[in-house]
Amino acid sequence: MSIDTQPSPDMNPADKRSNGELIRLEQVTKRFGDNTVLDHLDFSVQAGKHVTLIGPSGSGKTTILRLLMTLTKPDEGTITVDGEQLFPAPEKQVREVRKKIGMVFQQFNLFPNMTVLRNITEAPVTVLGMSKDAAEERARELLELVGLTDHVDKHPSQLSGGQQQRVAIARALAMRPQVLLLDEVTSALDPELVAGVLDVLRDIARSTDITMLCVTHEMNFARDISDQVLMFDSGRVIEAGAPEKIFSDPEHDRTREFLSAVL
Amino acid sequence: MTWDWGAVSDFMPHFWDGLLVTLQALALGSLISFALGLVWALLMRTPSRWVRWPVGVVTEFVRNTPLLVQLFFLFYVLPEWGVTFSALTTGVFAIGLHYSTYTMQVYRAGIEAVPVGQWEAATALNLPLTRTWTAVILPQAIRRVVPALGNYVIAMLKDTPMLMAITVLDMLGQARLFSQEQFQFTEPLTVIGVAFIVISYLASLLLRALERRLVH
Repeated sequence: MSIDTQPSPDMNPADKRSNGELIRLEQVTKRFGDNTVLDHLDFSVQAGKHVTLIGPSGSGKTTILRLLMTLTKPDEGTITVDGEQLFPAPEKQVREVRKKIGMVFQQFNLFPNMTVLRNITEAPVTVLGMSKDAAEERARELLELVGLTDHVDKHPSQLSGGQQQRVAIARALAMRPQVLLLDEVTSALDPELVAGVLDVLRDIARSTDITMLCVTHEMNFARDISDQVLMFDSGRVIEAGAPEKIFSDPEHDRTREFLSAVL
Repeated sequence: MTWDWGAVSDFMPHFWDGLLVTLQALALGSLISFALGLVWALLMRTPSRWVRWPVGVVTEFVRNTPLLVQLFFLFYVLPEWGVTFSALTTGVFAIGLHYSTYTMQVYRAGIEAVPVGQWEAATALNLPLTRTWTAVILPQAIRRVVPALGNYVIAMLKDTPMLMAITVLDMLGQARLFSQEQFQFTEPLTVIGVAFIVISYLASLLLRALERRLVH
């Protein structure tokens, strides 16, 4: 596994050779009122990499995931995914490019009116045009992957938070995205349920070539799965590198401060 | 005052006719108000203010004028423009329209109560907008508002006697007609009073059963 040590991952020749660049943000600025959350950010991710964004709350990590999922729009800049522009782009193109991206949310956001199975098959059937049978077969495979085969016909409210989050992971994977965005996926869970969810994600990180972009406060998990860790502060990447480097020998004072507060 | 069971049995054939009309008005009025209220609520969410503005004005107008005036207007004024319906049809439509301006607000509250995370999940899964509405948002919104809609069914039931004003012979219409002909007021009015309570009670039982079925 090649590991990026440069602040800008696309500078690493090893990555150019492997899969190439999958995500690129150029000069992206996002403001909420007077508050500039991202300030002319340049940022890119190589295909197949697992990148973790760390930093204090309000530093813009989650905003990057939300911009990529088109849940919010940048004020300036361009976003490109797999060579196709996601922003600015006409709605039809957005829909096409968005198929490459999946997201798992802090609050799971499962559809409470649908069974576990239908939560997972709904989008493959209506968006990808899969047959119901094929979608259900795939859903069952994914439920096996996340260890929930016994819960196919239950409703989300009958599951624990950890189980709901694992269904949400299966639901995102059912769309076969190239990129999986993980937005603080264990923050809303009771402590004893966190490990089960992280194990599933470790498994996916190991066994698939899906690109992961992860915002988390679970530093051990970040250390385990990441190829690269980016330290954010005030809408800028202030330090980037391999997890070993960032967690044991950070260069920036701000990174040191942050890590000593969370570790 | 004496209670005359003979008058009760004389009134009963008229009562059944009136009951049928009341139930028809209630059932159809409810259906119209549920359907039309949803249409209003959805139109009020379109991005174009050229849609929202007229819908807002019309529904605000209907909500803030008396049902009785609307009944008279539809029954006596529309025919002058060449539009004629039976009294019952006019009455059902007027009640449905009037109450749709209340149910639209119930739906609005229900739609707004669906967490924003549901919309975000639908976007993340790339669901088309219409599918997001029909498969995700509305099923959750409507489940939340069934109790509130039920209250309007009861309110509507209590407004059905207004149809008497446009010659519809609902339960009250039948009771009044019978009273005027027989000079017996106590028996027919008591019978329909009891009938109103029984219908309200049955309707509320039905709604509670529906609520229980919808809760997960």
